[in-house]
Amino acid sequence: MDDILLLDAIERYLSGEMSPEERAYFENLRNTTPEIDQMVVEHNMFLHQIADYSANIQIKQTLHEVHQNLLERGDLNEGGALSPKGKVIQFFNKYKRVTAIAASVGGVIALFISGLAMYFSTAVNDPKLEQLGKDLEVVKKNQQYQGDIINEVTSKIPINARLLSGGSGFLVDVKGYIVTNAHILKGTGAIVVNSKGKEFKSSIVLIDHVKDLAILKINDEEYESIKSIPYTIQKNNSDLGEEIFTLGYPRNEIVYGMGYLSAKSGFNGDSLSYQIQISANPGNSGGPVFNKNGEVIGVLSTKQAQADGVTFAVKSKNIHSIIEDLKKSDTAFQRVKLPNKSTLKGVERKVQINKLEDCVYFVKAYGK
Amino acid sequence: MKGDTNEQALLKGLAHNDSKAVEIIYKDNFNMIQAFILNNNGSYDEARDIFQEAMIALYEKSQTDSFVLTCQIKTYLYSVCRRLWLKRLQQMGRFTGSVDGFEETVAVEEDLETHEKRNAEFVIMDRALNSLGEPCKSLLQGYYLKKMDMNALAAEFGYTNADNAKNQKYKCLMRLKKLFFSQYNIGE
Repeated sequence: MDDILLLDAIERYLSGEMSPEERAYFENLRNTTPEIDQMVVEHNMFLHQIADYSANIQIKQTLHEVHQNLLERGDLNEGGALSPKGKVIQFFNKYKRVTAIAASVGGVIALFISGLAMYFSTAVNDPKLEQLGKDLEVVKKNQQYQGDIINEVTSKIPINARLLSGGSGFLVDVKGYIVTNAHILKGTGAIVVNSKGKEFKSSIVLIDHVKDLAILKINDEEYESIKSIPYTIQKNNSDLGEEIFTLGYPRNEIVYGMGYLSAKSGFNGDSLSYQIQISANPGNSGGPVFNKNGEVIGVLSTKQAQADGVTFAVKSKNIHSIIEDLKKSDTAFQRVKLPNKSTLKGVERKVQINKLEDCVYFVKAYGK
Repeated sequence: MKGDTNEQALLKGLAHNDSKAVEIIYKDNFNMIQAFILNNNGSYDEARDIFQEAMIALYEKSQTDSFVLTCQIKTYLYSVCRRLWLKRLQQMGRFTGSVDGFEETVAVEEDLETHEKRNAEFVIMDRALNSLGEPCKSLLQGYYLKKMDMNALAAEFGYTNADNAKNQKYKCLMRLKKLFFSQYNIGE
């Protein structure tokens, strides 16, 4: 019974319900009786424990409710099947409306054409045939028009887009072509930031998930192309033990790192990449790997999670091959030209970096 | 920066368990985490678990007096989730050696240690409460968790008056305390 009275007193004391006199009396008691003091401390701690416990239950409740609400409104999706298919399902859900529109347009056109074909098939030499051709032109134009609208919508996304991921990239053509990793570009577009912190709009012109490389093109009026790129992109494989260094943006500022080439193949014998010994951090992805002459020998891409300093870089000859792919993809890219003069051989490292940092960019990918 | 004040407001909301703020943070970040987990051998359910765990860690962090978030909410959540997921993969033996994605992360190990310790304490409290038996458990839950007042509790449980209910509550509380501390001190 006494214990209960005491507990009641302690609880009222801790919650501040005591009158001033009672409080003074109790504090005096606390001062003179260590056992009671101990009980107060213990009980206070216990009450906090209960309060935290209760808060934990409440936040869990809130999170659960929010999750359900967002699911119902379709802001989240958990479309059924498990992992590897997840990506595909997500894509499907994202684009199902576009797909539906495209499919129905296709369906209408198919019906229209088969209708016309049936109508005209009896009189092949009829002068109306020409008309059919024209009609098809109109259909094609309509289609193109619709295509344009779809493109326009996606290109407007940046207005309230969110940043999704970041990494590094570097110039391969003074006109503003930048090579980076494909895995960085998660969203619908990207901006690039130079070493002085200036941002430029850019577009993704080529993405190759197998090689894990991508090419961005700066298209921003404010971009002033530099006179020349001081490095070449090596076509040959480099040798074991070669001294290398890298520049990248693991933080908002450009960071230099140094190491050596440790194996001629990448993770699990991947022949597209090298293993390099260098300390790389998230954000270094897509950054150039230079040899001691300041020539690009690779693109830093991944690291082995459980081992320290074991990093992988995509071999630079892959850059040559994706540039070829790019040229083939559109005549607009015919004039893309990889740099052919290396001016950094035998120059002191500080000077090399000074020249190189203008060519290394911070890549920020955004999406809806 | 404009974004900063916005994020501060959101964190304040989160600290007060404001569902509006929770919803905004949730909406802005969940998909990124889900994609990360799905791309790294996880399922939708696991993505939800990991994300909510990270939200709770952020919530707990926001409760401390000295709370400052030195990075964006997004970066913090991503870092926590990445850490939690790597750990879970390792525990399940599903770890394949490399994890996709090289986004910016911040160090969260210390926060996670606090978070885990907290979780352990909650488990002890949960166990203690559940081994109390009725009506002790409901009485204490009513008073300390649902914050009902003594008169309402007396009425609900059928005590003749609030004082009797209060007496009973203290008896239960003493038992709970004993149960809790016996476990808690072992845990230490």
